[in-house]
Amino acid sequence: MANIVLDNVSRSFRRDGKDFLALDKVSFVCNDGEFVAVVGPSGCGKTTCMRMAAGLEVAGSGSVKVGGKEVKKPGPDRAVVFQQFALFPWKTVQENILFGLRSLGVGRDESAERVARNLKLMNLEGYESAYPHQLSGGMQQRVAIARAYVLNPDVLLMDEPFGALDAQTRTVMQEELLRVGHANPRTVMFITHAVDEAVYLADRVVVMTRRPGTVKQIIDVKPVRDAERWQAYERIEDVMALASFVHLRTQIWQLLRDQHDPADH
Amino acid sequence: MGEELDRTQFIWRSATGLLIFFGLWSFAAGIELAPRKFLPLPWEVVGRGITLLSEPFSGQTLQGHLAASLQRYLLGFALSAGVGVPLGLLMGWYRWLDNMVSPLFDSLRFIAPIAWVPFAALWFGTGIGGPMLIIFAGAFPPCLINAYRGARFVERKYIEAAQVYGASGPRVVTEVLLPASLPSIIAGLRIGAGAGWQSLIGAELIAANTGIGLMMVRAQGALDTSIVMVGMIAVGLFGLLIDVALRGVEAWVNRTRGR
Repeated sequence: MANIVLDNVSRSFRRDGKDFLALDKVSFVCNDGEFVAVVGPSGCGKTTCMRMAAGLEVAGSGSVKVGGKEVKKPGPDRAVVFQQFALFPWKTVQENILFGLRSLGVGRDESAERVARNLKLMNLEGYESAYPHQLSGGMQQRVAIARAYVLNPDVLLMDEPFGALDAQTRTVMQEELLRVGHANPRTVMFITHAVDEAVYLADRVVVMTRRPGTVKQIIDVKPVRDAERWQAYERIEDVMALASFVHLRTQIWQLLRDQHDPADH
Repeated sequence: MGEELDRTQFIWRSATGLLIFFGLWSFAAGIELAPRKFLPLPWEVVGRGITLLSEPFSGQTLQGHLAASLQRYLLGFALSAGVGVPLGLLMGWYRWLDNMVSPLFDSLRFIAPIAWVPFAALWFGTGIGGPMLIIFAGAFPPCLINAYRGARFVERKYIEAAQVYGASGPRVVTEVLLPASLPSIIAGLRIGAGAGWQSLIGAELIAANTGIGLMMVRAQGALDTSIVMVGMIAVGLFGLLIDVALRGVEAWVNRTRGR
């Protein structure tokens, strides 16, 4: 595993001949094995942070390091789960999950074993030879998560992975992600705009401000979760009803509210 | 139910269209709008076509000429697709190749295939190389352009997913660009197939010693216009057949993608 370090990262975009500052001196860390959620209003640059860690975009200034190494380009040590799944529609479930293993040159037997294990982990057994379009949105996102997990990546980068799912499916997926995360802990950077989801899943929550994106505050969830024994509850709605959960959620909502700009609406 | 009705309707309407066409043709020939020798009646053409199946003209029967044309065509078209599609895909990924090829290609593709006939004749005589060059000049550009455009307009998310999951350049081309641009590639093959078929017949009119085009130009010399028309009909029918075959491939690709 490895950590993710964003240090003083700024980034601007050029539009209509003018420069727009999208990210302004953003610094935060996802420690080894830690699940960090990044929340913020749309357009705050949270996805850009993830894409820079993935190597899909470059920082204007500052540095982005994964496992102590400057990120230069994308690679299978940093698996990404995209909001729009981005499964290859011309490949079967099995072939999609195999894609990264083939890049790593993993042998046939080991590949087959790892794919089988992850299919089981994501409750996808029996769908090996289905094509993505034959699956529901939730199933497709499970395949995308399996495609990432199967690589045993140093870090997992998730860009609003449940944003395109309906509310019930999202709840199931959140519970499953927590379960999979317990069975197989990873360093995760999880981008979302859903505060509930962030508090439920993350060890820490990075709250960002509206454009230009800056880090407003970082909230520690893990100590509260451990002290209040959230893991004793199996269902997400039971956790969400706890006073400790509501308290954290309200705190984050207020941080987001403080920056609310009525001119935007 | 509705679909079935549409189908019968379609058949009736096309039959009516054809009937009107043959009626006008028979009428024009009947009143000798042009001398009968230059504008034969439809059934005269059909009769000539049938005798041509057993009686050679210019050294070959109708099917002999057709076979000669089709053989050249398949070789020329296979070469166009075999070079055009991979080159277009590679140009869609490797910017240096795009920059190297594009200026040359963009100027050459505006030269009509027929304009290559002098060189086809000078370089290859009446061998297979000449017609293949002409077909290539007609069929290669659409094959390349559509593969290239298909590759350039592949959705960003698939390319990013391939990069994140560690695919090398060649793997991106074969496993992402190729399948993602298949619909565009097949559209290019359809256009190229038509263009290649047209340019082949054009080339045979000028430089060949067999083939449908040669048969037509010899018949013109012998003032046997029925044979010219037999040739035109054969060209049209086979062009249609080629397109129908490729449309079948297109439909199959779309079906397997669930579209």
